[in-house]
Amino acid sequence: MAPDQDDIYQEHILDHFESPFHRGHCPQATHAYEDDNPLCGDFVHIDLAIDDQGRIREAWFDGDGCCISLASASMLMQRINGSTVAEAQNLTAEEMLALLGVRLTPNRQKCCLLPWRVMKMALFSPVTSSAAAPPPTNGSEHAGPAEHA
Amino acid sequence: MIADAPPPLDPAALRDDFPILHARTPSGAPLVYLDNAATTQHPRQVIHAMVEVYERHYANVHRGIHWLSDQSTDLFEEARRKVCRFIHARDPEEIVFTRGTTESINLVARSWGDAFLAPGDEVLLTEAEHHSNIVPWQQLAARRGIVLRFLPLRDDGLLHLDALPSLLSQRTRLVALAATTNVLGTTQPLRTIIPAARAVGARVLIDAAQSVPHTVTDVQALDADFLAFSGHKMLGPSGVGVLYGKREILEEMPPFMGGGSMIRRVRLEAFEPADVPARFEAGTPPIVPAIGLGAAIDYLERVGLDAIAQHERLLLQRAHAVLGAIPGVRVLGPAPEHKGGIVSFVVERMHAHDVAHLLDRRGIAVRAGHHCAMPLHKRLGITASTRASFYLYNTLEEVEQLGRAVEEAQRLLRRK
Repeated sequence: MAPDQDDIYQEHILDHFESPFHRGHCPQATHAYEDDNPLCGDFVHIDLAIDDQGRIREAWFDGDGCCISLASASMLMQRINGSTVAEAQNLTAEEMLALLGVRLTPNRQKCCLLPWRVMKMALFSPVTSSAAAPPPTNGSEHAGPAEHA
Repeated sequence: MIADAPPPLDPAALRDDFPILHARTPSGAPLVYLDNAATTQHPRQVIHAMVEVYERHYANVHRGIHWLSDQSTDLFEEARRKVCRFIHARDPEEIVFTRGTTESINLVARSWGDAFLAPGDEVLLTEAEHHSNIVPWQQLAARRGIVLRFLPLRDDGLLHLDALPSLLSQRTRLVALAATTNVLGTTQPLRTIIPAARAVGARVLIDAAQSVPHTVTDVQALDADFLAFSGHKMLGPSGVGVLYGKREILEEMPPFMGGGSMIRRVRLEAFEPADVPARFEAGTPPIVPAIGLGAAIDYLERVGLDAIAQHERLLLQRAHAVLGAIPGVRVLGPAPEHKGGIVSFVVERMHAHDVAHLLDRRGIAVRAGHHCAMPLHKRLGITASTRASFYLYNTLEEVEQLGRAVEEAQRLLRRK
């Protein structure tokens, strides 16, 4: 039989797929972004409520897609809900893949990384038109994802 | 009536010719290969024909004086004659070897389209086309200012033929469509469309990638001006395809790519193009793949195209019945009598990638996604679908396995 690592439909993934964490919209969102993977039609919307101290008070997602992209989104929301903007910004693709905890082929890695990519963009996408400022982060040296999207 | 039907083929016997079909998948399940619309597998006869060339006859074609080059050239040109006979063309010189259907269509758009179409001229396509029969025309539209029109689909997946008269006019210079569509598998009514195109003086290009492998093709009876298909969807290797063109049309077309073989004479300031088909075969052609395609044609002719078509019809009818009986599964497109051996479906509350992934765990290879037909999926109001597609070596038991695996996948992802 296939080793466990190769079975992407493991219990913890199915649990997130069926009972996702923070699936829906956040009325207090200060930042939001939405994007799709045109190859498979998956799309993810992410709402973030970021406070003055640069902490993500609420992280919510909605969308449509395969088990992997929706489970990834759920796990990512759980991970960044309550974390700082800097922590969310510094979360690498490798860490995101490790968070999901199964081995994915390159094609399905795109499913897992879609919510992560949307989250990175959301950090730089204030919802109020007056707030054109960058996110309230403590002088990050990282280039914003928006610049190399 | 029964007397007309060819004797049924025996897929179990044919399967012995296909080494890969005896593979075990990583899960331990035997391979059930239902992705034939994407590419087909190879019988030993085709593999051995190519090995034989590499081991005994290989050299470049149309160049050398030496004995290997003569042998290679003879085999390559023999393959061209086999293709000519297979699609009932008049003359082997109407057969251009390309890298595949995509290159064949691009060749027509670049060469014929650039040379003969002017701003305001129209090209008529359908909403069901593969991207390879949409994008080259969009590129031509950007270069030449032509207008693209699309024959719409009805909700049942058949073409809206009532709209045809209003879409055809003196401005229509080309009608280009798939004979069998790659997602819904619809067999298009070419015998209605081609004469209608003729009546307004338009040329006709048939994307035959999904039809030539499965049913008898007669380009003269069809009266197609161009017909394109690929070797790798008909038991042949990838890297070779065919553009058929009526000789008098090919002869007035300028070369597509420049290089060796496609010239008669080159001076530093200019060149004279070669005659057809060499004019369109710049550079070293796919020599061994073309010979492999010839061997694939031999194999298909030995089994018989009519027997293959009849066998696929049986599989398709069973697939419609099996999948159609599963609650939450919707089979896309028209009824089996309007289709080739392709069945695309959606499963309620399941993404196509999950369906395909779970089928793969049972050894079943299908395609999931938009199958290079995003406009069609938009028309159907879905983002992705799962597609099973059949060929001569598939069995009724494999269709049953597909049905059982879909039900199993539903159970796994709907635990509540």
